[in-house]
Amino acid sequence: MSAIEKHTIAVLVDNEPGVLARVIGLFSGRGYNIESLTVAEVDRANNLSRITVVTSGTPMIIVQIKAQLSRLVPIHTVRDLTDEGPHVERELALIKVVGTGEKRIESLRLADIFRARVVDSTIDSFVFEMTGSTEKLNAFINLMEPLGLADVSRTGVVAISRGSAKF
Amino acid sequence: MSVERMAGAEMLIKALGDQGVDVVFGYPGGAVLPIYDAIFKQNQVRHILVRHEQAAVHAAEGYARSTGKVGVVLVTSGPGATNAVTGLTDALMDSIPIVCLTGQVPTHLIGNDAFQEADTTGITRPCTKHNYLVKDVNDLSRVIHEAFYVARTGRPGPVVIDLPKDILFANGPYSPPTAIAHKSYRPQTDPDKAKIEEAVELIANAKKPIFYGGGGIINSGEKACALFQEFVKLTGYPCTLTLMGLGAYPAGDKQFLGMLGMHGMYEANHAMHDCDVMVAIGSRFDDRVTGRLNAFAPNSKKIHIDIDPSSLNKNVRVDVPIVGDAGKALEAMLEVWKSKKPKIDKPALAEWWRQIDQWRSRDCLRYEKTDKVIKPQFALERLYAATRNRDTYITTEVGQHQMWAAQFMKFEEPKRWMTSGGLGTMGYGLPAAMGVQIAHPGATVIDIAGEASILMNIQELSTLAQYRLPVKVFILNNQYMGMVRQWQELMHGGRYAESYTASLPDFVKLAEAFGAVGLRATKTSEVDDVIKEMLETDRTVVVDMAVDQLENCFPMIPSGAAHNEMLLGPSDKREGGPVSEEGMVLV
Repeated sequence: MSAIEKHTIAVLVDNEPGVLARVIGLFSGRGYNIESLTVAEVDRANNLSRITVVTSGTPMIIVQIKAQLSRLVPIHTVRDLTDEGPHVERELALIKVVGTGEKRIESLRLADIFRARVVDSTIDSFVFEMTGSTEKLNAFINLMEPLGLADVSRTGVVAISRGSAKF
Repeated sequence: MSVERMAGAEMLIKALGDQGVDVVFGYPGGAVLPIYDAIFKQNQVRHILVRHEQAAVHAAEGYARSTGKVGVVLVTSGPGATNAVTGLTDALMDSIPIVCLTGQVPTHLIGNDAFQEADTTGITRPCTKHNYLVKDVNDLSRVIHEAFYVARTGRPGPVVIDLPKDILFANGPYSPPTAIAHKSYRPQTDPDKAKIEEAVELIANAKKPIFYGGGGIINSGEKACALFQEFVKLTGYPCTLTLMGLGAYPAGDKQFLGMLGMHGMYEANHAMHDCDVMVAIGSRFDDRVTGRLNAFAPNSKKIHIDIDPSSLNKNVRVDVPIVGDAGKALEAMLEVWKSKKPKIDKPALAEWWRQIDQWRSRDCLRYEKTDKVIKPQFALERLYAATRNRDTYITTEVGQHQMWAAQFMKFEEPKRWMTSGGLGTMGYGLPAAMGVQIAHPGATVIDIAGEASILMNIQELSTLAQYRLPVKVFILNNQYMGMVRQWQELMHGGRYAESYTASLPDFVKLAEAFGAVGLRATKTSEVDDVIKEMLETDRTVVVDMAVDQLENCFPMIPSGAAHNEMLLGPSDKREGGPVSEEGMVLV
């Protein structure tokens, strides 16, 4: 068996009803993994949305995933950012921590170290906003666990290639 | 030029006309009444009224496969659409171009659980190549033309257009088909030149080569089949075909080894296993073809030409994957071959053929000749002898009879053989034959059937009667779901759970009830006479051939076994039983 690889794939699609269902249906119907998936319109003039999907599989499966995606009629471009080289990946998380006293102060101190911003605050809670790599977010969330972690909302990974090359 | 304005339903019929559609297979209902009204008012598009929507799709498939044109289906919303799902899935698996128009409740009721509402685009998303829900009449003509384009280009497949009833009444502008390229759908048909040269080089230097052709060659067209034949003959190499590819190479030619796969020819499978260069064209390494994957042609370099990039390296890793149309790739390979005039290793090829002839001499289709009972193989041999010089089209249902038909009916040209390969849909053959007969009114169209499969769409005998279609239904009646029984015998200790059909109808009387002619043979001596009478009767005929109940289909690659582990017959035993533990879980 070949090793399982994690790939970040960017897909440019027509922004039309059902297109996300086609992509998700493809993954579930063929038994591929979705580790995260984000979608939003990126080009209003041309009515295009961009889907960023983080998936994992053997190299043969990854090639299959890309070929299967390319087959869908409303899909314009499929790019394997992991294969193509240097790219930036970011994820945004909103993290709610509930607590008072020393724990509350410690969470704020750690937020400062991690460059998380406070976007909401009550006398016994914070909501931190944090952007970064998946690993950085995971690390911060783990640290918040004993300090009163109450709720997490994450966007999943968005990614873009480095350099001047267009999509 | 002023733009013509008209109601959605009229626009639809006009668009069908502009797409060259002459026949639609369908069934009316509330949501599509405006379309039926538009059909009533014109004479360009003929409507064939089926008795079940599944049959409408299979009929359109038969029509499409025997003509190379797009088959068109028209069904109503809700149950009309859901009944069509099996047909659509069948067409998707076998790459058949279909446009299926489904009625839908009016746009303002969508999502309200309205009467005969179903989420048709949701349900058909995984079983179509693409689907559309038209919510604005201004999009309608563009969507119809696009649907035909998507259905017939690239790897062909079924396309659904869901049509809310209000859109059919609304007025809008009609636009004729245009040549504007699609904004995102661009199938790659031209092969990579460098890869073609690499492939030719490999082919030229092969010592034990084999061509492995599939339905993609037939889908590419008659020219692709002619080029395939030219290339195979130019090389002098052996050639095998998949179930879907039968007819792409003339069965009577000595370079043809017959079909390969689970019930394919012994010589074809052994040649696949032992080959050093495999040239796969328009075939997709299906599990029925490959057998156990880790023992599949273990010492070979593989070239794979397919129009669908997702078929390449899907099941089997290949050395030279080439995306492109089979015809274009063959043309390019022939050009390179003719300009380079490679010297092939003639002594090695002669040795390879000697080996193949040895496998051939095993005579793998041999069966017990007897007068006591009609052997199904015997019935088909006689049927083939009686029909080979006629303008014949064969369809089948699914099961043992289908495999025997693939083995014993020989096809010299493409588009003569319609069978449900990928999905294995029982009930396919009768409606498919109906579609073939509509397309070829003067031809002999025979549905080779089993008594279980035929009952799955038996209602279509009524359609045959209505349109006076002289389809011949040739039932090999063993009173068992034969292939199920065969697998139960081989893998489940002969416990024939639910595979015996009690209370079968009297097929002769059944035929008569539908206004058809019913014939029966129970003795070998009656076989030829019944076949003769069937062929000479210019009406729908149902033949009930009472065949050996317990005959099994051989040769066979048992589940989970390799190409060179074929069983030749009932006396051919493998150690530890015919099927390995890993094989048991496979279908």
